[in-house]
Amino acid sequence: MNWLLVIVGAAVGAPLRYLTDRAVQARHDTVFPWGTFAVNVSGSLVLGLLTGAVAAGAASSQLQLLLGTGFCGALTTYSTFSWETLRLAEGGARFYAGVNAAGSVVAGLGSAFTGWAIAQALWV
Amino acid sequence: MIGVVAVGGVLGACARYAIALGWPTAAGGFPWATLVINVAGCAVIGAFLTVLTEAWRAHRLVRPFFGTGVLGGFTTFSTYAVDVQRLMLAGRAAAALGYLAATLLAALVAVWAGAAAARLVIGRRTR
Repeated sequence: MNWLLVIVGAAVGAPLRYLTDRAVQARHDTVFPWGTFAVNVSGSLVLGLLTGAVAAGAASSQLQLLLGTGFCGALTTYSTFSWETLRLAEGGARFYAGVNAAGSVVAGLGSAFTGWAIAQALWV
Repeated sequence: MIGVVAVGGVLGACARYAIALGWPTAAGGFPWATLVINVAGCAVIGAFLTVLTEAWRAHRLVRPFFGTGVLGGFTTFSTYAVDVQRLMLAGRAAAALGYLAATLLAALVAVWAGAAAARLVIGRRTR
């Protein structure tokens, strides 16, 4: 059952990342990888919210597997993030590479804390 | 295309879940498993996408399946962010900062090293 929850979550999360990236990348013409940035930041918000809900006893460990391990885990990606950072640096856009690396980490952490704070406000 | 990404994503996520089950992080402990998963995934994507963009004219579904699907599903940014947050909330500020910086640095070095290793192999083969 636990495996099935992870499988179902990932089967939704990974394609959603692909579709979001395509949609976002089609809507701007800068070199900055906004698509990956968007999924990583929003996935961190959802996981922060979920972790807060679990800590407050408002969400089950099954939901954690479905939405956390499966969905958020597959929606967000470290490998594409670091690949795109490398491509920016190699392509001469070192400033953007630095902004992508630092910006993703700061925004991801900020949204995880925001999600946690929302959970605290809702369920604690 | 979407189905290929989904299948790859499921395989990657299951591999990540299997590692997490076999190598659990204690409450408030340093998340070594996530660090290793993310860094390993970055090394592989560096080599894989370098070969794909510079040497191998692969089938059009290879990149969405393995790069976007498997490696994307295997590595995770959200767990990384929440891991940092957990360490901070547990009052382990130094460990949180160390984990934050170590993952980022190791991931970037790994993706670069993967790409460099792939170029070395490609260069030898075409010479």
